[in-house]
Amino acid sequence: MVQDDLEKSIDGASDGEALRQQFGDQILDVIQGLDCPTVLVHKDAIVEVCHYLKSRRGFEQVVDICGVDMSEYPGHPSDAPRFFVVYHLLSISRNKRIRLKAGVGERDIIDSVTEVWPAANWFEREAFDMFGIIFNHHPDLRRILTDYGFEGHPFRKDFPLVGRVEMFFDDEQWRCVYRPNQLENRVLIEKTWPGVDRG
Amino acid sequence: MAEIKNYTLNFGPQHPAAHGVLRLVMELDGEVVEKADPHIGLLHRGTEKLFEYKTYLQCLPYFDRFDYVSMMANEHAYVLAVEKLLGITPPERAQYIRVMYAELTRILNHCLWLGAVALDIGAMTVFLYCFREREDIFDFYEEVSGARMHAAYFRPGGVAKDLPEGLLEKIKAFTERFPGYVDEYETLLTENRIWKQRNVDIAVVEPEAALDWGFSGPMIRGSDIPWDLRKKQPYEVYDKLDFEIPVGVTGDCYDRYLVRVEEMRQSNHIIRQCVDWLEKNPGPVKIDDYKLTNPPRAEMKSDMEALIHHFKYFAEGFHVPEGEVYAAVEHPKGEFGVYLISDGSNKPYRMKVRAAGFPHLQALDYMTRGHMVADVVAILGTQDIVFGEIDR
Repeated sequence: MVQDDLEKSIDGASDGEALRQQFGDQILDVIQGLDCPTVLVHKDAIVEVCHYLKSRRGFEQVVDICGVDMSEYPGHPSDAPRFFVVYHLLSISRNKRIRLKAGVGERDIIDSVTEVWPAANWFEREAFDMFGIIFNHHPDLRRILTDYGFEGHPFRKDFPLVGRVEMFFDDEQWRCVYRPNQLENRVLIEKTWPGVDRG
Repeated sequence: MAEIKNYTLNFGPQHPAAHGVLRLVMELDGEVVEKADPHIGLLHRGTEKLFEYKTYLQCLPYFDRFDYVSMMANEHAYVLAVEKLLGITPPERAQYIRVMYAELTRILNHCLWLGAVALDIGAMTVFLYCFREREDIFDFYEEVSGARMHAAYFRPGGVAKDLPEGLLEKIKAFTERFPGYVDEYETLLTENRIWKQRNVDIAVVEPEAALDWGFSGPMIRGSDIPWDLRKKQPYEVYDKLDFEIPVGVTGDCYDRYLVRVEEMRQSNHIIRQCVDWLEKNPGPVKIDDYKLTNPPRAEMKSDMEALIHHFKYFAEGFHVPEGEVYAAVEHPKGEFGVYLISDGSNKPYRMKVRAAGFPHLQALDYMTRGHMVADVVAILGTQDIVFGEIDR
């Protein structure tokens, strides 16, 4: 029954085209990537798009959700949203993948897709933990990978690789405490681009 | 009647059945689990941040340390992602070597899994048997890469070195005796009364739930969904090899056990085919482009250009064209994916590792609800959790 519905809803059009027809302006761009189509979605439409993809286009699984900080990407316009939330979806029935990207500014919030796939829960917690992206209507938006009481969002490009604090055991208090760290960022190999001679 | 209160129990992080460093906060009603909240991140090393400061070659050894019981399978996803962005295909011999080692790794992983789970449930002997075979496979790792575990053997563009002489015979001999070993494990467990009591009908996952919770690998196949990336989205030479995908019927812990045991037999079959092919087909094991791979040692001694290439390759690395790609492999634990964004430089702009165990552990709460405390250990075991990949 479900399978029949699915077959009917999938008329020859590709997933990107179908999304365009369904959502119009909310679909900002459709790119045929190296591995799968990449669809740029307006962040306000993400939940509807995901519902549509799951129920009408057979994308039963969310494979991965992650944040990307674009602030140091060469050529990234300064007025464009700082982060991307990238969703990788997988359709097991149709053996297809699709990638959704939604731009999120530093002060924006994006709706959570946990109501579509429960598996999104931890992925969104991770994106929140690492980038500080806030997911609206998330049932349990706590930090997940960093320490209890951690401050900052470590995968942001302006967060230093060596961190801001270090932990050590304090003999007097007989417990572990934090202090500002004494480490310096070392660069062992410079970042280079092709054709740029380093002399 | 005595008044019984719900109480909260902390499990781990220092507990032998926590498979590393899981801290689990459970809400119990008597002995029945009402809620399980895994606290992860105790092994978080920020590897994805480190990648942004390493060249593509330096990133590679970090992959061994994700899922540290199936090292080469992790590397596999990474090299596939980099190769896809570079637009290169390694020589066929390299692909066969990789597939052979990926399948050896699958046996390696499932042996540890079986031993550890049996130990959690109370069967000591299986652990010793399994570790005997792991030792053999570590020897194969060592012969080819010099390291027993963290091999760094797969490289973008091929593999680090060709197989040493005599190794294929040893692997062949292993594939001949291994099915007998699997029979031994099965004698100890499959019809074992205690094993069945602990596993049958425990943590039944319906196919719809398996999809919703993002399951992959043996976890989804245990729930009767024949999904295997090696068959459905074949990479390397898997489409030329003959193997079957085992699926479970009920989706309980016992089915997932049976699926994994059958996978070991199928992997053995694949390795056998790879050995046969490799014996007949010598050839190069990496692409012939010294901008992307290192030149042979002998050539460096006489050719200055080769020396320069060698130096550039290891000191500066290679540049990967701008773009983004997601590459996934059928890792022993499920779908292990690498999402790579390159800005055209010699270091990744952002690399996200999609660990198979991450959504599985997330579903622990769903799977344990209504089960007894003792079953939590069996369920944790059936998920094949390794914290190296979950915490990253």
